[in-house]
Amino acid sequence: MAEATRLSSNGTAQRGPYISVITNRTTNLLIRGTMLFGVGVFLALVLNLLQVQRNVTLFPPDVISSIFSSAWWVPPCCGTASALIGLLYPCIDRRLGEPHKLKREWSSVMRCVAVFVGINHASAKVDFANNVQLSLTLAALSVGLWWTFDRSRSGFGLGVAIALLATLATQLLVYNGVFQYTSPDFLYIRSWLPCIFFAGVITMGNIGRQLALYECKVVQEKIHQD
Amino acid sequence: MTVRERLRQNISAAFYRHGLLCASYPVPIILFTSVSILTCCYPLLKLPLPGTGPVEFTTGAKDYSVPSHEPQGDLGERPDWYQGPPVAYIQQVLVKAAVSPWDSSLVPVDVFRSPLGRVFSLLEEIRNHVYTDRSLETLCLQVTELLPGLRRMQSILPEHGCLLVSPGNYWQNRRDLFDSDPDILKTVHQHEPKGIHTSATLKDLLFGVPGKNTGVSLYSRKRVVTYTITIALSSYDARFVASLRARLKQLHPSVNCTLREDHMVHVHFKEEIGIAELIPLVTTYIILFAYIYFSTRKIDMVKSKWGLALAAVVTVLSSLLMSVGLCTLFGLTPTLNGGSIFPYLVVVIGLENVLVLTKSVVSTPVDLEVKLRIAQGLSSESWSIMKNMATELVIILIGYFTLVPAIQEFCLFAVVGLVSDFFLQMFFFTTVLSIDIRRMELADLNRRLPAEAGMPPPPKPGPLRPREAPPPPRPSPHTITLQAPAFRNLRLPKRLRVVYFLARTRLAQRIIMVGTVIWIGILVYTDPAGLRTYLAAQVSEQSPLGEAGLPPHLGVAPVFPGGDPTSTLSVLPAPEPTPLPENQSQGHGASRPGGAPLTSPQISWGSEDEEVWRRLSFRYWPSLFSYYNITLAKRYISILPVIPVTLHLNPQEAIEMRHPQDTQHAPRSSAKTTDLQTDLTLYKVAALGLFAGVVLVLLLFCLYRVLCPRNYGQNGVQHGRRRRGDLPCDEYGYSPPVSEISPLLLRGHSMDIECLASDGMLLASCCLAGQIRVWDAQTGDCLTVIPNNGYIRTHTCTLKCCCAITVHLLNLTDWGKEHTVWPYNEPPLRRRVTPSRPTLFGDQPDLTPLIDTNFGELPPSHTTVGFGFDFGGLVEKAYKEHEASPTMHFTAPTPPVTPAPPQRRRSLGDPPVAPPERINVSPGEWDSSVWSLELRGNLIAAGRSSGKLELWDAVEGTLRCCNEDGSSGITALAFLNNRIVAARLNGSLDFFTVDINKPLGLLQYRGPPGRASLPSSPCYSSEDVISCQLTRSVQCAHQKPITVLRAAAGRVVTGSQDHTVRVYRLEDSCCLFTLQGHSGGITAIYIDQTMVLASGGQDGAICLWDVLTGSRVSHVYGHRGDVTSLVCTNSCVISSGLDDLICIWDRSTGIKLYSIQQEVGCGSSLGVISDSLLVTGGHGCVSFWDLNYGDLLQTVYLGQNSEGQHVRQLLVLDNAAIVCDFGSELSLVYVPSVLEKLD
Repeated sequence: MAEATRLSSNGTAQRGPYISVITNRTTNLLIRGTMLFGVGVFLALVLNLLQVQRNVTLFPPDVISSIFSSAWWVPPCCGTASALIGLLYPCIDRRLGEPHKLKREWSSVMRCVAVFVGINHASAKVDFANNVQLSLTLAALSVGLWWTFDRSRSGFGLGVAIALLATLATQLLVYNGVFQYTSPDFLYIRSWLPCIFFAGVITMGNIGRQLALYECKVVQEKIHQD
Repeated sequence: MTVRERLRQNISAAFYRHGLLCASYPVPIILFTSVSILTCCYPLLKLPLPGTGPVEFTTGAKDYSVPSHEPQGDLGERPDWYQGPPVAYIQQVLVKAAVSPWDSSLVPVDVFRSPLGRVFSLLEEIRNHVYTDRSLETLCLQVTELLPGLRRMQSILPEHGCLLVSPGNYWQNRRDLFDSDPDILKTVHQHEPKGIHTSATLKDLLFGVPGKNTGVSLYSRKRVVTYTITIALSSYDARFVASLRARLKQLHPSVNCTLREDHMVHVHFKEEIGIAELIPLVTTYIILFAYIYFSTRKIDMVKSKWGLALAAVVTVLSSLLMSVGLCTLFGLTPTLNGGSIFPYLVVVIGLENVLVLTKSVVSTPVDLEVKLRIAQGLSSESWSIMKNMATELVIILIGYFTLVPAIQEFCLFAVVGLVSDFFLQMFFFTTVLSIDIRRMELADLNRRLPAEAGMPPPPKPGPLRPREAPPPPRPSPHTITLQAPAFRNLRLPKRLRVVYFLARTRLAQRIIMVGTVIWIGILVYTDPAGLRTYLAAQVSEQSPLGEAGLPPHLGVAPVFPGGDPTSTLSVLPAPEPTPLPENQSQGHGASRPGGAPLTSPQISWGSEDEEVWRRLSFRYWPSLFSYYNITLAKRYISILPVIPVTLHLNPQEAIEMRHPQDTQHAPRSSAKTTDLQTDLTLYKVAALGLFAGVVLVLLLFCLYRVLCPRNYGQNGVQHGRRRRGDLPCDEYGYSPPVSEISPLLLRGHSMDIECLASDGMLLASCCLAGQIRVWDAQTGDCLTVIPNNGYIRTHTCTLKCCCAITVHLLNLTDWGKEHTVWPYNEPPLRRRVTPSRPTLFGDQPDLTPLIDTNFGELPPSHTTVGFGFDFGGLVEKAYKEHEASPTMHFTAPTPPVTPAPPQRRRSLGDPPVAPPERINVSPGEWDSSVWSLELRGNLIAAGRSSGKLELWDAVEGTLRCCNEDGSSGITALAFLNNRIVAARLNGSLDFFTVDINKPLGLLQYRGPPGRASLPSSPCYSSEDVISCQLTRSVQCAHQKPITVLRAAAGRVVTGSQDHTVRVYRLEDSCCLFTLQGHSGGITAIYIDQTMVLASGGQDGAICLWDVLTGSRVSHVYGHRGDVTSLVCTNSCVISSGLDDLICIWDRSTGIKLYSIQQEVGCGSSLGVISDSLLVTGGHGCVSFWDLNYGDLLQTVYLGQNSEGQHVRQLLVLDNAAIVCDFGSELSLVYVPSVLEKLD
């Protein structure tokens, strides 16, 4: 039997540490948070690049030559926000007891991210006749995004709430002169900002739910094993 | 019936017909679609190729007028960008200056100091030139200020004034600064960037000629300094320019200059893609590829996954191309940047439909014809496909009404793309799918033809001590046969799969190769001196207007008929001195008498001087203008003919202009160092590149060694049989680490074991002789032997064997006929037995190991052994031989003594009410054989063929209770808590209650105390009086014999020949559900504590049911022929069938994850130890598989003489030992890792 213990090293226990890492709640949270943070930072950088090209936002000129053409605090903020949102969504799903059922596949998540980038692209690149048209189009697109990929009431509510909060925060930031918009049309900011925030929240929530799906699976398995 | 319903039906019918059509004529349809794709893409040929290089257009200078904004009628030769005024008119003054005659008293600095000094007077002249009250100030392009990031260039580039660029800018256009500059070269070079640069440098900008042509170098052998003064004009005044030209020519005449002055070149710049735009673009493409990857990953159960994925991608891409082509055909010119909207279009159109189609087709019953499958699959998904498409069209139409041009165009493309995608899905992809599925069926047929297992060698009668370690590896023809690579669809870890994929397809190498080729192509295309210019030159040469665009490297200029051939050649780097032309304007001093190695510089003009800017980087103009935040993207500039200026300077003049330091510090050495520096950097870069290349190659080599299997390239050669003892390795050469698991052999039974039961601690087995043995499942010790009552030990199994053969023959025939045939068939057969047997016994081969006499009903445990065809082809073959001569049936080696009652299959329909053979049975008290066995606590429940239910004490071996209420043989037993359920041969179901008169107290022998908590069943002490009462009998539980009985979680589930599954509640024996859904008899059922119910039938279908509601959760077709056993884990369902295939299904989605091809006849023995460990039986061995990835972990050989014996039953105990039943031996195999896990 002694030598037979070596079987444990290749077969079942090979995944042992992996599973224990995944099922460990804090570690799992950390992993997911890190991944979401990374995604958020990446998207922030890329999308900011889109905005900067169009000279939509203006950062102080000496910062512009710094990393990736935006202020240093923008990507970490977006990353943290996306990590929070991505963790919040599955959590709320669990609290409400209505798990998200719609199309829980990575391909669907990828589609969602692509549409989100597309919405940003449209906001930055497409010439609209006026700002109202731009904002209305983006709002329709964002709601379409929600309808296509989410369709849950909790997702909609959370998205609207966070979008409003984020808009308020941006207003405050601009008011305090941290940065500014070249052509503000809604108090100090652009009126399409809430739509973008909403779409972003939906996207990050989608990613977060998909990531949480793994944890659910593994935890279930473990419970059954025990 | 609503309109919707009718519509739905019509659509479904139409799709059905279409599916039939596609699957019937695949080749014509694929040809048709290819032709239509090509036709629709044909208009794309008219679209210009994408490229970032500038485009030129040449017009005459004399009758030039600013082109209007409106496109005019004669668009024949005018490009469409040639509208409106240009950004600027560029007037260049090309200055060539030399100190001549060259004097030996001159130092190298003199080559360029005084020629450069003359730039200031020239600038003065140009600035002050006035023609009829127009000065340069009024005409030139006024620039405001540099971009904020370019502060360091502020002192050099002009600000707030005319954009006038010359080398004088180095010294702020001030003569005094120039004169006081001690080191001109340093000033010039201090702004040069280090390293390799591709775009225009400041030196290029200011000098206006390529750096090596300026002649500002201490090593210039020609001693001619060339530079330009570039003036950007905002408006074109022909007279002013002409007067400036005349004035400069008059001041500095260039004889021998035949530069053409009658054409101007308009250069149009494309939108340049900067890094800032590239990153979002690349991101969208990465997302796109991830999307495609995740989508196509879901394609499963097809012959060629990659082929179908490719077909899906081709469908989407070509539908996009078709969309663009069609839009172009109908007059819409795409204005959007195709590259950036393309990913969004793909995502909008999506791959979903294709995948839905595939899944739907694949999930149709496999036994149908291919075209029917396609048709069914199509029609079942038709409604959802149409609905989705309608929704998407509506969404896009809404987008169309936003009235934003860009969005409208996008929507238009998307609509046309969606429609053409639908067309392609219906025609192209469906046909490809049908071809694929047909190929898969062919492959399946081919695979099933050769039977792997031949006749095994006769077993060597070697005594094997129990607990003996397995023998040393010796060559033998048989081990586990792994699937051929094509059928082995295993789930490897993702990273491994990626690596293997890379290794298999040499993807990395190919990508690098393709990348290199593309890169070279881009270089050639965009290189200013490369193909593009050449092509442009060719084009402009042919065009009537521009004859001048000759590339410099053509060398000979045919457009200059009167040109001096020497003059055209002389500016080439060729250093040989050419004789001075006699008509040199200024007399130069006498050349040295001695024929002079010191040659005097000479200035000559050639055709390449006409358009000096061509030799510069094509980013020259964009970067110059971008410094002032003027973009040239999608705009054009007009370049006026160059004004040549020739300067000849006296040596005297040069010496006068010397700076004191020019001669002081050794100019030669400094020059050498600068020159050397540039050379050195070049060498350094080259060496570094070489080094990096070598390191990269080495690294790749190491990676390749590490990652690729050693037998790379001979893949698939040595797959067939492996020697025993060789560790089985999969197709990638991955072999698991060696570890020894020694099986415990439990011997004692004289005949084949047919019933096995265990509750984790104890193990009860019953052989054909009726002997029940109880073993300790931990140690393998035999605890009790319960002999058959008065049964003579030498009872033969011959008849059983023959009956088994017959039964299996019958099993092969239709089940419906079977039980009508059997009763009449049996008695004559039996009568023939006795006389003929002794004569036939002799040199016949021993068939017993081949014949599966597994009649036993397995108690409900993790292992399920179906009632079916455990033999597989082997017994069929054996039987067929015997069929020819009926007497051959009885050729078993054991000496026959008394004919035994035939062991009948429980599935047989005849009620054995007083069968005739019972008369033959020797002693009267021997009642019947044990057909089913169950073990709970220390009670063994044995169901006999006579319908008697006996309860034995497992430890003491005493009969505790007996119930003879029924007369029909008990085919299956379930023992749960204190209830026993017995299924009888006549289809009735009896519920018994076991009553203990004394409250359960003393714990009996329960093995090690640590494990005692595992079995939940009550323990009975030996003092208890146990009675067993029939509480309820369901007479007609099923119309036909009950084939399977399982009990768990308070439910009893029965499966029957009548295609139904029934669920009973254990407490009150009430029938909860009758589950219908199979189209054949039920052959396997699985139920466990978590109320998972799975059933498999003769139709090869597996159904998952919800026990609470009685609804069917999923329904998949996985096997050809019966499903012989079923096990569920938390995430997957494992099924095995008569086709010797073990399939692993995802439990929630019903998608087949992978399948394992087993040896012939071994398909049905399988068990699950933990959620990730699967055990299967083979020929004399058991194999362990990693369930998550499908890796074969280990094969354990059970004993020397067990070769050729199938593992017929596999029972997984709670403490993870595996009991395998082969022949008359049991084998206990411990899997310690699982033990540890459980602990």
